[in-house]
Amino acid sequence: MTMLFHRTLLRLPMLLGMCALGVVFATPLLFMFAASFKHDDAIFANLASWTSYVPDAGWSLANYTAIFERSNLPLFLLNSTIIAALVVVGGILVNSMLAFSLSRMRWRGRGAVLSVVVAMMVIPFEVIAIPLLSLVARLPWPGFEAGVLTWQMGWFNSLHVQIIPFLANAFCVFLFYQFFRDIPPELDEAAKMDGAGPWALFFRIILPNSGPVIATAAIVLFIAAWNQYLWPIMVVQGEAARPVQPGIQQFFGRSNSWGQIMAYASVVTLPVLAVFLAFQRQFVASVAGSGIKG
Amino acid sequence: MKTILGRDHPLAVSGFAGPALILFGVFVLLPLLLAAAATFTNHRLVSPEPTRYIGLDNYTRLLALQVTTVAPLRDAAGDLQRDEEGLRYPTWRQVRQARPELAGYRPAWQFELGERRVVLAATDPLFYRSLINTFLFALLVLPLQCGVALGLALLVNQRMAGRIFFRTVYFAPVVTSMVVASIVWSFMLNTDRGLVNELLRALTGNPDAGPDWLGESSHALLAIAIMSAWQGAGFQMLVFLAGLQSISSELYEAATLMGANAWQRFVHVTLPGLRNTIVFVLVSTMLMAFGLFTQVDVMTSGGPLDSTTTVVYHAVRSGFRQQDIGYGSTITVVFFGIVLLVSLLQRVLLAKGANK
Repeated sequence: MTMLFHRTLLRLPMLLGMCALGVVFATPLLFMFAASFKHDDAIFANLASWTSYVPDAGWSLANYTAIFERSNLPLFLLNSTIIAALVVVGGILVNSMLAFSLSRMRWRGRGAVLSVVVAMMVIPFEVIAIPLLSLVARLPWPGFEAGVLTWQMGWFNSLHVQIIPFLANAFCVFLFYQFFRDIPPELDEAAKMDGAGPWALFFRIILPNSGPVIATAAIVLFIAAWNQYLWPIMVVQGEAARPVQPGIQQFFGRSNSWGQIMAYASVVTLPVLAVFLAFQRQFVASVAGSGIKG
Repeated sequence: MKTILGRDHPLAVSGFAGPALILFGVFVLLPLLLAAAATFTNHRLVSPEPTRYIGLDNYTRLLALQVTTVAPLRDAAGDLQRDEEGLRYPTWRQVRQARPELAGYRPAWQFELGERRVVLAATDPLFYRSLINTFLFALLVLPLQCGVALGLALLVNQRMAGRIFFRTVYFAPVVTSMVVASIVWSFMLNTDRGLVNELLRALTGNPDAGPDWLGESSHALLAIAIMSAWQGAGFQMLVFLAGLQSISSELYEAATLMGANAWQRFVHVTLPGLRNTIVFVLVSTMLMAFGLFTQVDVMTSGGPLDSTTTVVYHAVRSGFRQQDIGYGSTITVVFFGIVLLVSLLQRVLLAKGANK
């Protein structure tokens, strides 16, 4: 009994520390959500009081209806959803296939390719952005005009320019590679007895047994695609192909209503927060795992 | 018996490895090669002029640096002139007129050394300014973010009710996009009505307390560093957590039996056990710091007085906004060199640990 009492007493400062830090870390986001339901005057009314962090008496959805009516937010949300969905699906496919060939197949140059993939993990996108810009300016894209195939020069102002360069992802290849390496070879043997070739082995045996790593890769790819900012401001000028992050930056520059800005920010943030909360366990494991290679 | 996967058919191998390798080749390696080639040209994104080979012009324009000393002004009697700020110096225009070799150079950085002023003059002073800013930012954010992350990891590593909840709270900013984080913090850092200054005033009781965070060149980089640490610490926390959990509990038990207190256990068991994790976290935070762009673009646009212009921001301004691909690529290549040096540093640090 006294032991338990002592332990609780020792833990108390820690618990207080956790709470204090929790307040620091949660405040900006709580404030964002609370302010999104308030009238602009009410946001500034009592910033130093706890009522800043709850949608109090005068709360309404006015900011939300305003941003959906007065901006192209629905279009931007649709663009980001398409981009993120295709990056996730395509990315899982091409990266897991490369990882499969690296971990399960024998071919010359395999070791060299693996080292290059590992080395590519440290290249930040910012390094590639400018030369990639000049590259996509020169790439052709097929189009049809009156039933005739035509080649259009340059990939600007499109969704594909925001999808295709991000499908291959060195970190995802590495995640899949580590996971596939640890799948027991008995599974391969069994498939082999049934006369399965590499394609059947991959799609019928390996992939269906890779739930956790697929979820991890999906989350990593989704969050990266949804939060893209630098690349779309470089390659998308008009609004037709604009995704949400440049959308909110532009709205932030033009609007003088903090309530609407916070509503916009909440709408842009909710999908990623939802994905994060839903797949918390896998996500934590994937981030934690990224440090092991160190 | 030869297994199916014993020596695979080249067609099957290329079927699996091909798509991702082609994508890597076209969208990662080819741009790097193109960048290296573009640094020797005057290539522009949209230009009526044909692209021309210009040798090392981009590099000299970017890197040219002259260190020069300027003597203070003297009056007719030969005495040093002073004003309320101290010694008086000739303007840069006067200096440049006196020394023709400084044509095209502008001061990037200057400091007083005794009764002289040392000026670092460059043909692109903004590049050196952005390089200094980038290192300053790394210097601010590295201890801040890594220290907070280690503290958070130690806290959530305790066997305590609610630790999953707190872990989630600390991690939530990581999934919030940098644009949204920058916008919310722009509001919180507002001079007159922002949350941070309101709290500072409430705590100090001084109604005038609180700086103009994003409007003063002495505070803007610090404000961005604090905000970046808030956004990114949760990620490093999880990496530290994985490192902590890989340390054997027997080591702690042994240390306790030998009479080590909590602090001694931290210094002699936890820190050595985290060695590789610490190297990884430091290096990845450094790489993130060198890539600083979004916060600057959203919160300050490089200002005030270029105090938040970073290498990547400068590259994007030259390569994209001014459409000067050749020059932007040159900045990119120099930046890539820095990134390679940082990852080399990681190798050296890890190798040293392995030799011990």
